[in-house]
Amino acid sequence: MALLSLSAVTLTFAGNTVLNEVSFNVAERSVTSLIGPNGAGKTSLFNSITGFYKPQQGSIRFDGTELLKLKPHQVTKAGIARTFQNVRLFREMTVLENVMSGAHCRTSAGAFAAILRTPAQRREEEEIRARARQHLEFVGVWAEQGRIATTLAYGHQRRVEIARALATEPKLLLLDEPAAGLNPTEKHDLVQLIRRIRDEMGIAVLLIEHDMGLVMQISENISVLDHGEIIAEGTPKQIQSDHTVIEAYLGRDDGEAFLDE
Amino acid sequence: MIERSPINSPMGRLQGLWDRPGFRWPALAVVLILLVVAPYLFGPYATVILTNALLYVVLALGLNVVVGYAGLLDLGYAAFFAVGAYTIGIVHHVYGLDFWLTLPIAVLAAAVAGVIIGSPTLRLRSDYLAIVTLGFGEIVRFSARNLDITGGASGISGIERPWIFGWRMQSTLDFYYVFCVLAILAVIASLRLADSRLGRAWLYVRHDEDAAEAMGIDRVKVKLAAYVIGAIYGSIAGAFFAVNLGAISPESFSFQQSVLILMAVILGGMGKVPGVILGAFIVILAPELLRDVGELRLLVFAAGLLLVMLFRPEGIWPSRRR
Ligand SMILES: Nc1ncnc2c1ncn2[C@@H]1O[C@H](COP(=O)(O)OP(=O)(O)O)[C@@H](O)[C@H]1O
Ligand SMILES: [Mg+2]
Repeated sequence: MALLSLSAVTLTFAGNTVLNEVSFNVAERSVTSLIGPNGAGKTSLFNSITGFYKPQQGSIRFDGTELLKLKPHQVTKAGIARTFQNVRLFREMTVLENVMSGAHCRTSAGAFAAILRTPAQRREEEEIRARARQHLEFVGVWAEQGRIATTLAYGHQRRVEIARALATEPKLLLLDEPAAGLNPTEKHDLVQLIRRIRDEMGIAVLLIEHDMGLVMQISENISVLDHGEIIAEGTPKQIQSDHTVIEAYLGRDDGEAFLDE
Repeated sequence: MIERSPINSPMGRLQGLWDRPGFRWPALAVVLILLVVAPYLFGPYATVILTNALLYVVLALGLNVVVGYAGLLDLGYAAFFAVGAYTIGIVHHVYGLDFWLTLPIAVLAAAVAGVIIGSPTLRLRSDYLAIVTLGFGEIVRFSARNLDITGGASGISGIERPWIFGWRMQSTLDFYYVFCVLAILAVIASLRLADSRLGRAWLYVRHDEDAAEAMGIDRVKVKLAAYVIGAIYGSIAGAFFAVNLGAISPESFSFQQSVLILMAVILGGMGKVPGVILGAFIVILAPELLRDVGELRLLVFAAGLLLVMLFRPEGIWPSRRR
């Protein structure tokens, strides 16, 4: 059974249809990619899954729960974490503090416990720090834990954002163009990281990405979105030879890039 | 972002010292000793003023949770101060219930008022809170002025002084020490809140609501927690204010009062506990120190505030983080 299952999701903004009856699935412990030209509606789809946008129709089921009526924090609690297309780390806070935010929905100490510094509260704080450390080590930026997150090199900021998402202990991780702005070495490392997230942590990954080489390399399944509609689905091989996909990309800036692969 | 070199300012030097562990504990000891001996050094008039300043420390730290920690603009904070004071006035004075039993009722009343005002408003854009709290402040003062149970314009007088462990808080000096204890407790609670799961959540929400939500933080719940905690600080301050004066009237809970408390928070640098304490002392002590200037003292005070806000919009206490 699919972990995430969208059926006929339709999203409009003031009469402008951004997503039109979108249906697709993400299997457990898989890497699925969502590709498509700029403006196709990929980020809007992420926003719909995570509760930031409210689709007018359809259903989004995750792990037995209907997500359509949930608020973003409830979706996260249900087990879906995300990163943003343009990195959104908490300004003026350290790398460690950024990652500690992910533990919020898995912990419970309130104001009284904080003021009284109860043993349970102290234990929980230790736990939050320890977990954050684990995740920073996992993505390889623990050495920079004490720095203000937004002063890190761009590639490292992206890793911190992934660590922060992992700290929410998700079953599904949504990555919005994680390779954008990375150099070839960093892209290579990202591929390794995504594989480790799937294999070592058992987390399914849904990926929006423009780098076709990277997409073809790590995806088990690919869905192609164009003008708010899914126009093709399949394995990397199937997608590469799909004519509708090639046509969708032709005549656009990024069409060449697609055919190069 | 503007880069400042806090090291070169007097406040920066103070903070630099403060960050040195070898300095912090001796400094705290000196402050504590000063607090204890101040009434003997400065005399009874100064003791009354200092008691007022300590009351303002509690109020400003409470508002700081709302404005500084959670980034919510509250223009009617004096309302919670009033709720605390009037609950004591009514329940303790009119119904004769003991102060220590009335205090939890005052806290509960403020918390309930906080939830009623906060939960619908905090869902909306942040500017709405400023307007709603402004209205709430005026409604509370208007009610206090016009209801029978609150004693109308003349308020409630003859509020009894409470006993504690067989000792009765009575003299100016007694209340000075009571407010010392309250202020110290407020400081400890504020520092501990800042360094906690909830304290971090306020920062996350203040910096980026969407990213915070994406991390599983319920922004409405977290903001409501700040608003209610602020309300509780205010009500406790109000309760002790009522028994200290023995009489309360609507004038003590005006819009100007809210503004003055807010001024202490902004002046000190929102969210920074040492700064807010300093801010509270400044808004109370500066007009007193300017007494010699006579008629013009409020004008001079206002001009001083304006200058601080123009040249140090982030408050007089420097930011820890560059
Ligand atoms: N909040 C919004 N309000 C109105 N239109 C939006 C909003 N978000 C996205 N859109 C529109 O939806 C379309 C798809 O955008 P987006 O999902 O960002 O595409 P992609 O991520 O595939 O590049 C664009 O035409 C964009 O203008
Ligand atoms: Mg996008």
